Amino acid sequence: MAGYKPAAIQTYPVLGEKITQDTLYWNNYKTPVQIKEFGAVSKVDFSPQPPYNYAVTASSRIHIYGRYSQEPIKTFSRFKDTAYCATFRQDGRLLVAGSEDGGVQLFDISGRAPLRQFEGHTKAVHTVDFTADKYHVVSGADDYTVKLWDIPNSKEILTFKEHSDYVRCGCASKLNPDLFVTGSYDHTVKMFDARTNKSVISVEHGQPVESVLLFPSGSLLASAGGRYVKIWDMLKGGQLLVSLKNHHKTVTCLYLSSSGQRLLSGSLDRKVKVYSTTSYKVVHSFDYAASILSLALAHEDETIVVGMTNGILSVKHRKSEAKKDSLPRRRRPAYRTFIKGKNYMKQRDDILINRPSKKHLELYDRDLKNFRVSKALDRVLEPSCTIKTPEITVSIIKELNRRGVLANALAGRDEKEISRVLNFLIRNLSQPRFAPVLINAAEIIIDIYLPVIGQSPVVDKKFLLLQGLVEKEIDYQRELLETLGMMDMLFATMTRKESTSVLQHTSDGFLENRKMES
Amino acid sequence: MVAAESVRVVRCGGSELSFRRAAFSADSKYIFCVSGDFVKVHSTATEECVHILQGHRNLVTGIQLNPNNHLQLYSCSFDGTIKLWDYIDGILIKTFTVGHKLHALFTLACAEDSVFVIINKDKPDVFQLVSVKLPKSSSQEIEAKELSFVLDYINQSPKCIAFGNEGEYVAAVRDFYLSVYFFKKKTTSRFTLSSSKNKKHAKNNFTCVACHPKEDCIATGHKDGKIRLWRNFDDDKKYTYTCLHWHHDMVMDLAFSVTGTSLLSGGRESVLVEWRDATEKNKEFLPRLGATIEHISVSPAGDLFCTSHSDNKIIIIHRNLEASAVIQGLVKDSNIFTGLMIDPRTKALVLNGKPGHLQFYSLQHDKQLYNLDIIQQEYINDYGLIQIELTKAAFGRYGNWLATVEQRQEKETELESQMKLWVYDKKTQGFVLNTKINMPHEDHITALCFCNAEKFENPTLVTASKDGHFKVWILTDDSDIYKKAVGWTCDFVGSYHKYQATNCCFSEDGSLLAVSFEEIVTIWDSETWELKCTFCQRAGNIRHLCFGRLTCSKYLLGATENGILCCWNLLSCALEWSAKLTIRVMEPDPCSENIAAVSQSSAGSDLFVFKPSEPRPLYIQKNISREEVQWGVFVPRDVPESFTSEAYQWLNRSQFYFLTKSQSLLTFSTKSPEEKLTPTSKQLLAEESLPTTPFYFILGKHRQQQDKKINEALESELVQLPLTENIPAISELLHTPAHVLPSASFLCSKFVNSLLLSKETKSGEEILEDVDMEEEKESGDDSDEEHDFTENTQDTNDTELGEDIIHQLSKSEEKELRKFRKVDYSWITVL
Repeated sequence: MAGYKPAAIQTYPVLGEKITQDTLYWNNYKTPVQIKEFGAVSKVDFSPQPPYNYAVTASSRIHIYGRYSQEPIKTFSRFKDTAYCATFRQDGRLLVAGSEDGGVQLFDISGRAPLRQFEGHTKAVHTVDFTADKYHVVSGADDYTVKLWDIPNSKEILTFKEHSDYVRCGCASKLNPDLFVTGSYDHTVKMFDARTNKSVISVEHGQPVESVLLFPSGSLLASAGGRYVKIWDMLKGGQLLVSLKNHHKTVTCLYLSSSGQRLLSGSLDRKVKVYSTTSYKVVHSFDYAASILSLALAHEDETIVVGMTNGILSVKHRKSEAKKDSLPRRRRPAYRTFIKGKNYMKQRDDILINRPSKKHLELYDRDLKNFRVSKALDRVLEPSCTIKTPEITVSIIKELNRRGVLANALAGRDEKEISRVLNFLIRNLSQPRFAPVLINAAEIIIDIYLPVIGQSPVVDKKFLLLQGLVEKEIDYQRELLETLGMMDMLFATMTRKESTSVLQHTSDGFLENRKMES
Repeated sequence: MVAAESVRVVRCGGSELSFRRAAFSADSKYIFCVSGDFVKVHSTATEECVHILQGHRNLVTGIQLNPNNHLQLYSCSFDGTIKLWDYIDGILIKTFTVGHKLHALFTLACAEDSVFVIINKDKPDVFQLVSVKLPKSSSQEIEAKELSFVLDYINQSPKCIAFGNEGEYVAAVRDFYLSVYFFKKKTTSRFTLSSSKNKKHAKNNFTCVACHPKEDCIATGHKDGKIRLWRNFDDDKKYTYTCLHWHHDMVMDLAFSVTGTSLLSGGRESVLVEWRDATEKNKEFLPRLGATIEHISVSPAGDLFCTSHSDNKIIIIHRNLEASAVIQGLVKDSNIFTGLMIDPRTKALVLNGKPGHLQFYSLQHDKQLYNLDIIQQEYINDYGLIQIELTKAAFGRYGNWLATVEQRQEKETELESQMKLWVYDKKTQGFVLNTKINMPHEDHITALCFCNAEKFENPTLVTASKDGHFKVWILTDDSDIYKKAVGWTCDFVGSYHKYQATNCCFSEDGSLLAVSFEEIVTIWDSETWELKCTFCQRAGNIRHLCFGRLTCSKYLLGATENGILCCWNLLSCALEWSAKLTIRVMEPDPCSENIAAVSQSSAGSDLFVFKPSEPRPLYIQKNISREEVQWGVFVPRDVPESFTSEAYQWLNRSQFYFLTKSQSLLTFSTKSPEEKLTPTSKQLLAEESLPTTPFYFILGKHRQQQDKKINEALESELVQLPLTENIPAISELLHTPAHVLPSASFLCSKFVNSLLLSKETKSGEEILEDVDMEEEKESGDDSDEEHDFTENTQDTNDTELGEDIIHQLSKSEEKELRKFRKVDYSWITVL
């Protein structure tokens, strides 16, 4: 026959943001650490190697921060003018940066003076990057050119003059040493191949391109410009895969989470949005105090660093998950206890007796199953239950009422126990979702304990509190009704015309009917 | 063709299975239960109905196995007859006419030629236990008028009579008395419990009695839930009793196990309690049986119990208290709130079933298909408890969606209600809960309907409520990147001058929605939810509302409480016609334009079938039922009937079923549904009721072949009797009526012949056999002439054979004998 059916626990819709895996994941960060820089933070870049330091480019300085340090552990400040786009090499030992005066400088992380200086651009260099073979540097400048430099002999290898406006962003492929992508204010994103000395793919973004990002596989390209983030399929020759318009202002930076499953975009509208890279739907969004210029995630998404126009660098660290293991785990039966006899093959003459697997029941359900109603009520009146999950308490009270044993369960309690029930009532009686059940329970309690009132000052005080609460609630309801009446009147005056027409219509109907009858 | 006169109102939906105790066959393979005027024979393994024993003309009131022949069954009925059946073939053997209304039947092994029945002779409520001598006679209809009085002043229920200790005494209970009549001493002792004078013993009434099969011990059940075990009752002074108390409500039935070691009891708690060794400590429970236990019976073999329940159900329970099978009829226990519906997928009738369940009942097979648990809460069966009631249900188009409403109202202001929407899951072939809406309206929901038009791909549901609103619910996409999901949300709330909404109905094409608000009918455009027009007749609240269909789709019909039926034309927005008719049920036929209306008058209920386009009804049947008809429904027929008579043409494509106030399901038909039911084929019986699952059909043959092989292998080693099941001749012979068979002496000689021959072949000609068989196959085809020949010659051979086997056989004789062997006589070996 059918087994015991557990008591139905009423669930209530949670207002506000839906809780998903993503909101849990992205909210699991500590409160941000704010670091003041000298100017707008135009670029943040994490070293790919441990200890995952990050370089922050702001004004004419490049600061290197350690993972948890709030003070820079190193500073490169020998720029005559604004520095741009300080980027680590894959091994984390070299750093390259462009500058407003058209120079590209290569630094050793441990040194102070630049190792190499690449001269050739006539205007500000906004983007630099290392190619996949580590020996070349790609740079794009406001003189519309893109140059490829050789690091060992600090010579220019190639120059591409295909863009017709400022080149403001670029990205080298992580897999192929010859491929890199640049985005320009001429609304195009071009992919260059160092072997052919011209662009191999050119896509039209539609807005001045602020940021480009190649996916780790190299097959997808994300570009940001204007309010749009566009994803292109490079294997299909630059076909537009999807166009995302989720920001109110220009999107300035893009970043891919370490798993590659989520794409983050930062914008001047002070928001960072997180997209799923499978469905390209926004799964989460962060708010910041100022317009965002740069964004970076550390290894394993441990840290989110956001640079803003007001020179504030916001650093968020992931909450540590070590807390759980602090309690020593209770020793459980060994694995073999559970599999004991499970792999026994049935022999010819054996009779197999199947025992149905036991369904897990909550403690209150076990009590209810055995008709221990008072005990079931006691269980759900524990503070841990009443505070965290009052809906369970209310559902059990409702269930007891349905079974017709609520009075039995509430009766025969001493001062301590009854004050616990009353505390719960006082806290939750005025909540509209619980009110019908709890009012009934309160009535029963008053009926039961009326004869003994006055014997315990503690309980009497609680009763008085409850009375005050009810009176307040009644006043409140009355006020609400008054407001409702006023609003009704206002609406009625506003919609008079329509309703009269309806009325006329119906009266016409009556007349017609009357005519028919006569 | 069917004659026009033959259409009449017939009862369908089976009858109460739990009216009397069920009985088991001696080998526990079959269970017998009463079902109205019939006795049903079910297989205990498969729950399948194997036979319906028909013949009684009134309710069957008792069934008992014939103690002297366990293949026969006695049954008695209110029509005053006792019938003896061969239940394996479903044949009526004898009818004994007693003449009085028989209320119960008891048989005893020691009283060979008589049975005991309860009759009421003089006054209506004075019942007697009498023994009836069943005269031995060869005729089928026998008068049995020889009654001898046993006990007086007893209760009419068979639960209050029990025979003990191999028929030495009989115990009967009534009110506060226990009477024991000793057959040998011919004395009656009477024991009285203190009666209702003081409050403590107010519920001391006896309710049932059972006797220990081996010892002198009587168990009685009481209204207060106590069970008393009486001993030493042969002495009026020294008798003792012990009390067992677990039940908190009346003990409905008691039964001892065959050995008497344990006592079974059951009651309203729906828990079967097994008391071991008659002590209060040792008890086992089988809880949650679903409904009040009415009867308990025990199989003679002792391996099975069964409990009959008030919700028309019999549960077969193993000795170790594990339910093994459920025989479930149409549940008629509860009030029907949902009305009658048809599941578009299974064509099953759907209505309230067990508490909190919807039952799906197949009308064609008189069988409950399944129960859908709607409320999904532990059911507490207690007197006076306000339960959650399933009040409304509706199916969406093609049966993909099911909407249900459940309500519970304790006080005037405290209404709990929930609407649930269920989606049909193709994988599990059942309904799965999709959306649960708490308090969909602030007051009772009065009507519920889906939009069934083709053009709306998005399912739409409308609910009307007493709070003055009707709400439109639509299915919306609720999926995100984590999961795909759909859910129902409220799309529109409409009201009309705060009147209570009483009914709602979609037009056939789904373009219009009609909602009645008390006296007024409003028509809404279903695209924009705009009020289009209103109709009002000032003739009382609208009770029923429906649109015409097909060619009559421009009409809207409304029936009011004051007994007016109105038909409005939607094109001219005017009243087309109206008629004075107090309508209880109005149902449109889904296959035609016809609408059936059942009206109520003091004399009874009348049926009118009409088309909305013409006010003159197509068919009128006066007085279809003496009671009030509560619900009705048209069920599309699988195979259209062809009534030539014009009056019955409305029955061609669909059938009209209706439910009266006393929960009897009636329909119009030429014959009763039990007659139409094809009795489960006799093959089932011949195969010894192996469970015929699909697996059986696949594997059964294979296994039989294997069995054959094994048997062949065995035969070569030791002489073994051939297996009976594998030989068609035997089953054929056993199932042929005896009067068709040749005489026994004739068969006997054959039997002897076959035995001798089989031995002969084994010893002598095993190697030759294969060759011979082939030859015989060739010759075997040329027919019966040879058979005849063998049978003719047989008599002459008989005498000689005894000597012949010792001698060498001549060639011609040998050939003849082989022909014998080809004729399969092996069945005789089993006789």
